[in-house]
Amino acid sequence: MPVMREPAPSRGAFVDFAPEATSLEVSGFGLRYGDKPALRNLTLRVPRHRVTAFIGPSGCGKSTLLRALNRLHDLNEEVQWEGRIRLEGQDIHAPEVSVAELRRRVGMVFQAPNPFPMSIYDNVAFGLRLQGGMRKRRLDDTVEWALRSAALWDEVKDRLQASAWSLSGGQQQRLVIARTLAVGPEVLLLDEPASALDPISTLKVEELIRNLKSSLTLVLVTHNMQQAARVSDYTAFLQDGELVEYAPTDTLFTNPRLRRTENYITGRMA
Amino acid sequence: MSRWWQGRARLPRGEGPWAWLAAGSVTLSVALLALLLGLLAIRGLGHFWPGDIALVTLEDGRQLAGREVKEVPLPDGEGRERLYRTGNRELDGDIWAWVPVAAIETVSHPRELVSLERRHWGELVGRLVAWVPEQGPRLEGEAAWSALQSRLGTLERQREALERWREQTLSPLVRRLESGEADAAATDALQALQARLRERRAAMAGDRLILATADGRRLVQPVEEVLRATRPNAMGVLAKLGAWGRGAWRFLSEGPRAANTAGGVWPAIFGTVLLVMVMSLLVTPFGVLAAVYLNEVAHQGRLTRLVRIGVRNLAGVPSIVYGVFGLGVFVYGIGGRLDAWFFADTLPSPTFGTGGLLWASLTLALLTLPVVIVATEEGLARIPDRQREGALALGATRLEMLSRVVLPMATPAMLTGMILAVARAAGEVAPLMLVGVAKLAPQVPVDGDFPFLHLERKFMHLGYHIFDAAFHGGDVQAAMPLIYATALLLVLVILLLNLTAIFLRHHLRSRHGTLSQC
Ligand SMILES: Nc1ncnc2c1ncn2[C@@H]1O[C@H](COP(=O)(O)OP(=O)(O)OP(=O)(O)O)[C@@H](O)[C@H]1O
Ligand SMILES: [Mg+2]
Repeated sequence: MPVMREPAPSRGAFVDFAPEATSLEVSGFGLRYGDKPALRNLTLRVPRHRVTAFIGPSGCGKSTLLRALNRLHDLNEEVQWEGRIRLEGQDIHAPEVSVAELRRRVGMVFQAPNPFPMSIYDNVAFGLRLQGGMRKRRLDDTVEWALRSAALWDEVKDRLQASAWSLSGGQQQRLVIARTLAVGPEVLLLDEPASALDPISTLKVEELIRNLKSSLTLVLVTHNMQQAARVSDYTAFLQDGELVEYAPTDTLFTNPRLRRTENYITGRMA
Repeated sequence: MSRWWQGRARLPRGEGPWAWLAAGSVTLSVALLALLLGLLAIRGLGHFWPGDIALVTLEDGRQLAGREVKEVPLPDGEGRERLYRTGNRELDGDIWAWVPVAAIETVSHPRELVSLERRHWGELVGRLVAWVPEQGPRLEGEAAWSALQSRLGTLERQREALERWREQTLSPLVRRLESGEADAAATDALQALQARLRERRAAMAGDRLILATADGRRLVQPVEEVLRATRPNAMGVLAKLGAWGRGAWRFLSEGPRAANTAGGVWPAIFGTVLLVMVMSLLVTPFGVLAAVYLNEVAHQGRLTRLVRIGVRNLAGVPSIVYGVFGLGVFVYGIGGRLDAWFFADTLPSPTFGTGGLLWASLTLALLTLPVVIVATEEGLARIPDRQREGALALGATRLEMLSRVVLPMATPAMLTGMILAVARAAGEVAPLMLVGVAKLAPQVPVDGDFPFLHLERKFMHLGYHIFDAAFHGGDVQAAMPLIYATALLLVLVILLLNLTAIFLRHHLRSRHGTLSQC
């Protein structure tokens, strides 16, 4: 433990948006894997139709937090949590909330692309077919719309029936985004979506994120400071499972309030 | 690229004797397998070849006719002796003749030597003296031969017609009577039919052959008993090939004769394949469900680990133990109960309370269950969690995730399990003897009667057929070629079943290019 601890920031106080603009609200949230704490007393608000970036050293709990936001931890019997997470004001752990419904509203894209071993078309239609009752025509249209939204349509429109695993890594990641968009989520969680991609694919994904902002709330986990600076509106810095600093991206990168934040950013950027 | 190549080039040198030892073991195993298959193929396939008949004249003037089987040194080391297969069991009491090579004066292959294949008594070898039809003139020489050939052709057709009639008209009636569905009028009808059958049979008798053996004895042979007549020494290679092909086809397509020592094995092929298919249909769903439960549903605690170890060890239990279990639980336990509840009117003759296709399939399914579970579990464990999470994150329930993503991805593994199960089950004989295999089951378990697939019936099996022909037939030496042929067939059938499953798996894999990674 450092000899001189910095004063605990009053978390979430530095963001400047109105409470009505909050999409996701995390309050007093803590999470443990068995005996091992991964998140501690986390409180923050994620603004609607903006890009919020989570940064922090490896193992600080970014993915854990992201997975908590659409209850992917539910299946892990080891996990214990406390606190509250609200989506548009409603507690996502409330008994009347259906997990499947929640996950459709809060979509998630993982670090490594994980298309299913099916055709490109079937991948995008997967979530829609789960809901059922969609005519072939509408299904086609939605698939096309999702692929267009993910800036993949032009590359795959001639081979929709080809195996999704025949796509390149960057295309696969955009396919996964399309697949998630197809079910019409309000929030899109992206866990290092570009870490496995080459620079050009990365740029495409970043552009995509910027474009999606107009209709979606985006949460982006990244190790790439430039990327966070380029695409996000707000940035949260986490360390050891705690929220250290949360501010508009410009402020956080140019004028961090805390030494810890500055060290991390400059260390990475230098 | 270049590093990979260097690594390969270095390997044999660096490994030294170990590499040789390993390579040697592989070579030895492959050679032994090739030897096994080669032996089965040569001995088995040779059985259908119409070999030349030798006419042997001994120093003392005696003559005998037969096919040379083998030549071995005499026990005292002086000279050698030859074994001839002479046929004519009813005349000599034996179909073999040992002849010291030194005592042989000449060996010739006269064209007129005839080999008759008969329904009873096996082969007859000799000269055709005369053809004595019921009506018409007595014929001799070449005329007798052609008369015989044309009569055999009509006889064959008559026999087939009779067989069809028996199957389509007579057998269903008999079955209806046995199951108590038909009334007294049917009994009369049956008797009338049986009388007609006897009449027709009798009408076929009458024509006779007179033959002379090599040593001059005469014999009268009713033509109706004769299945085929050949003169192998007069046949060219093409004709022999034709006869060989027809012989092999008869072996595949006909039922057994003469206490399983002659004739074909069609019911046994059918029984083997049907047994394995029913077994696969039973074991695959159970095994897959069990594996899914163990791998995807159950809490991964100590109990699950224990169950998993138990399942793995079950694979090592000797098959006869499963046979005993099947007999006790399926046949007597469940079968007896079923009979008491649903088939009480036919008791004490059992319906399900005796061995049958269903119980044998179930027993084999139990035997192969661990294999399917283990293979499927391994396939499930290889599927990355991110695939499961991907499905869940799209709002899939656990059931949807399993059925739409996980199980399709695990299909190749399930089929691998099925392949292993088929391989194990198709070769099992021991447990079958307890739970339903039959020495002779003329009715295959599938026919035109509702419900078409008769799971309660007994069935024949290639493996048991070999066992039976080898240990219960009278003349093992005579049945030997047939045993080889059956063994070859068993291997081929298993191979074919496996290839079918492998083809299926390949087909499923190639539907999605790189899916084979999982
Ligand atoms: N399933 C799990 N079981 C137990 N511990 C876990 C599990 N997943 C993560 N952890 C632990 O929780 C802590 C936070 O992990 P998390 O994956 O959230 O980190 P992260 O910030 O996403 O790191 P990275 O940047 O490397 O992805 C780590 O110490 C990790 O070891
Ligand atoms: Mg992570």
